[in-house]
Amino acid sequence: MPKKPPRARPSPPNDPAGLRARPITFQLWEKLMSSEWPLWEVFIRGQHGLNHRHVGSLHAPDAEMAIRNARDVYTRRSEGVSIWVVKSNDVTASSPSDKGPLFDPSNSKVYRHPTFFDIPEEVGHM
Amino acid sequence: MGAAVETVDRTAFVEWLERVGDSALILGHRVSEWCGHSPVLEEDIALANQALDLIGQCSLWLEYAAEVEGKGQTADHLAYRRDASAFRNPLLLERPNGDFGHTLMRQFLFDAFHIKLLRALKDSADVRVAEIAAKAEKEVAYHLERSADLVVRLGDGTATSHARMAAALKALWPYTGELFADDAVDRAMAEAGIAPLPSSLRAAWEATVKLVLAEATLAMPGEVWQHGVGRTGGGKQGVHSEHLGYILAEMQFLQRAYPDATW
Repeated sequence: MPKKPPRARPSPPNDPAGLRARPITFQLWEKLMSSEWPLWEVFIRGQHGLNHRHVGSLHAPDAEMAIRNARDVYTRRSEGVSIWVVKSNDVTASSPSDKGPLFDPSNSKVYRHPTFFDIPEEVGHM
Repeated sequence: MGAAVETVDRTAFVEWLERVGDSALILGHRVSEWCGHSPVLEEDIALANQALDLIGQCSLWLEYAAEVEGKGQTADHLAYRRDASAFRNPLLLERPNGDFGHTLMRQFLFDAFHIKLLRALKDSADVRVAEIAAKAEKEVAYHLERSADLVVRLGDGTATSHARMAAALKALWPYTGELFADDAVDRAMAEAGIAPLPSSLRAAWEATVKLVLAEATLAMPGEVWQHGVGRTGGGKQGVHSEHLGYILAEMQFLQRAYPDATW
């Protein structure tokens, strides 16, 4: 005889989604996040004059909240003066299988590296 | 020490500083209870940040209270060695977290008051009060931006989220009146130019709340019976609900069990 499947625990009446009754496990969290909130890539500019740098990603329902979440998640130790967010889906990435054609040809072109110039002492470290 | 402290009744000043400090402490503790339990990681971190902001503000206020009191106590003594009846936070802030809607609504109702208070305190006759307020105001401006935004999103969200926010508003509204109830301590502070009368902040608070609730499609509750404003007073006079005892039992355990423990 096939085993009876375990009965699902009922949600309390004031908690239809059953969120509060269940402990938030990593799997549940992943499921919640991937089904509800898109992923955003976060870029922070550390100081005026520097570039924005990619610092990580987070989930948020829209751009405004992504900025707010980024403020709380990535600038707690005053790391930044400006935040950019962009939907991870909107990033077009090069394909790993194209690595050879894209990057290998430059290996044999040493003349592209500025190593054939004598730098005057006065210039210092470049 | 600030300029006004020499001329004002010290007992009243200490009492008032404890009201502001205990408000930050108790709300900060309540918010910290979400740490590790929030529905999403990002919210968890945001709430923990906010709790830390409030605990930081509390330590500035209580440190000053201990100095004005002049009995050799520190902010830690005030936070960890007083019993419930010596705490001076309004009842609203010791309300249980409930669901996320309750937590956010409590935060919003208080943030809207807190920002008006701190902005007024920046012009305090007491320099130290003005300095602490200026530092806290920047943090609280963000707290309000966040809580107001979430109240709007959830109020004007799904049927479930709307129902939860409406329930939270109904449950917490009867605790808002105490924020604006003036007593002898408040009048002494207003007279000395240290702090505004709480009642004078009401109109501006109502304007903010009305605007946000309208956007959140939640109805203003209007006149209802209010806790803590009657003859016996409320949290501001040390008359607390049973919830504060549980907060202190957890918050003070270490210092009560191992007095002066450090790490």
